Amino acid sequence: MVMIDIKGVSKWYGEKQVLVDCTTTVAKGEVVVVCGPSGSGKSTLIKTVNGLEPFQKGEIIVDGLSVGGKDTDLAKLRSRVGMVFQNFELFPHMSVTKNLCIAQEKVLGRTADEAHDKGLKLLDRVGLIEHKDKYPAQLSGGQQQRVAIARALSMDPIAMLFDEPTSALDPEMINEVLDVMVELAHEGMTMMCVTHEMGFARKVADRVIFMEKGGTILEDCSKDEFFNTPRKPRTQDFLSKILAH
Amino acid sequence: MDWLNFAFFLEKAPSGGMTYLGWLASGVLWTLIVSICAWVIAFSLGAVLGVMRTTPIKWLSVPATIYVDIFRNIPLLVQMFLWYFVMPELIPTAMGDWLKQTYPYLLTLPFAQFSLWEFTAAVICLGLYTASRVAEQVRSGIQSLPRGQTNAGLAMGFTLPQVYRHVLLPMAFRLIIPPMTSEFLTIFKNSSTALVIGVLELTAQARQINEYTFQTFPTFIVATAVYIVITMTVIFCMRLLEKRVAVPGYVSQGGH
Repeated sequence: MVMIDIKGVSKWYGEKQVLVDCTTTVAKGEVVVVCGPSGSGKSTLIKTVNGLEPFQKGEIIVDGLSVGGKDTDLAKLRSRVGMVFQNFELFPHMSVTKNLCIAQEKVLGRTADEAHDKGLKLLDRVGLIEHKDKYPAQLSGGQQQRVAIARALSMDPIAMLFDEPTSALDPEMINEVLDVMVELAHEGMTMMCVTHEMGFARKVADRVIFMEKGGTILEDCSKDEFFNTPRKPRTQDFLSKILAH
Repeated sequence: MDWLNFAFFLEKAPSGGMTYLGWLASGVLWTLIVSICAWVIAFSLGAVLGVMRTTPIKWLSVPATIYVDIFRNIPLLVQMFLWYFVMPELIPTAMGDWLKQTYPYLLTLPFAQFSLWEFTAAVICLGLYTASRVAEQVRSGIQSLPRGQTNAGLAMGFTLPQVYRHVLLPMAFRLIIPPMTSEFLTIFKNSSTALVIGVLELTAQARQINEYTFQTFPTFIVATAVYIVITMTVIFCMRLLEKRVAVPGYVSQGGH
């Protein structure tokens, strides 16, 4: 069953085209890694999936709902798709617990008790229960990102989008975040991840999408094919450069 | 030491059935009332206008921008005259006449030697003018927050109003406490311009006392001291507020 269906999506900033006729799908339970050089539109593409970036041409269907559709309740659609950002984007004026509860209460209409139970359960799962009363600024980057993942999960999402979740982290903190993501993948979460972490891709990705400067999808294939027998010379070139050491 | 003689304050003043000290006290009272009423207007309207300017919705942001450009760029003194003298002539004659002839006598203001109309014009003028300045502070506060915060709120399924209510405004208001303190101080100081339309606030009373007693030095030194006490109190209260709402561990990007 296709969870995210991206069909011929093009986007322009004024005259400049940043996404060129992008087409791909993410099936239920599938983990898709999107990689490519900067300026290739990876982040833009993933943000079109929950309508944070509008697009001018094409169509995106998420769980049967058209993202750009006139009658689509975009807020409701977004509440069902979790998103994790490069800069964590926890709400700085709320405690960790409040960060985990606020949208459950205000968007899903859960009671304070329900939200609290759910939030703490997820916080425990990402190993940060002892930090429940702290504020984001009192946590390390890795801890903040784990809270951000727990916050996204608190909404019981049908799919998760990761936009370079480890790019702003100190090297030492990358693994604690990737561990949480690997665990999620093993549990069968549908995931679309923009990342440069090829180790992560090798470990859990079902498919890898390679995007090239200018916003085109150059390669979209299974993990094994991508790492072992990439079809395009440009993909081979990219891989040889990032896997050289 | 004639110039340090404050005893005349206890003499009976020529009008209002008060001593000169009474005049001064009523001046202080009306400075506070005018300023605080104006601040209520300035803060609420300014917050709304500031938010409107940051929305992606044109029919909200454009009117707010026009408002700010108009009210911020006309001298406050001119605005006082416009509200007091010109506005009643611009509205339909019947309403203008009512404003000038009936409205001032609806309510007698305590300890005041001016009417409800002078007071109202001063409060509206000062409030609407300061609103344009508050709006700019609110706008810059919101815009200083990372763009990702809006996206994070939207991605959780918040509507745009919810993003403002729960994500943007709580942080923006914390960040703008220092510039807002400055606006709040300025409203007390700017309230002195209300004397040009006959509001006998602190400065006007000081001038009046001076005219009757020729005790220039003691009169104005007391007035000065009162302004300083008021502004210091405001600064103190705003510092307390800033401490109270401070976010643990949070250091603004401005500096450490």
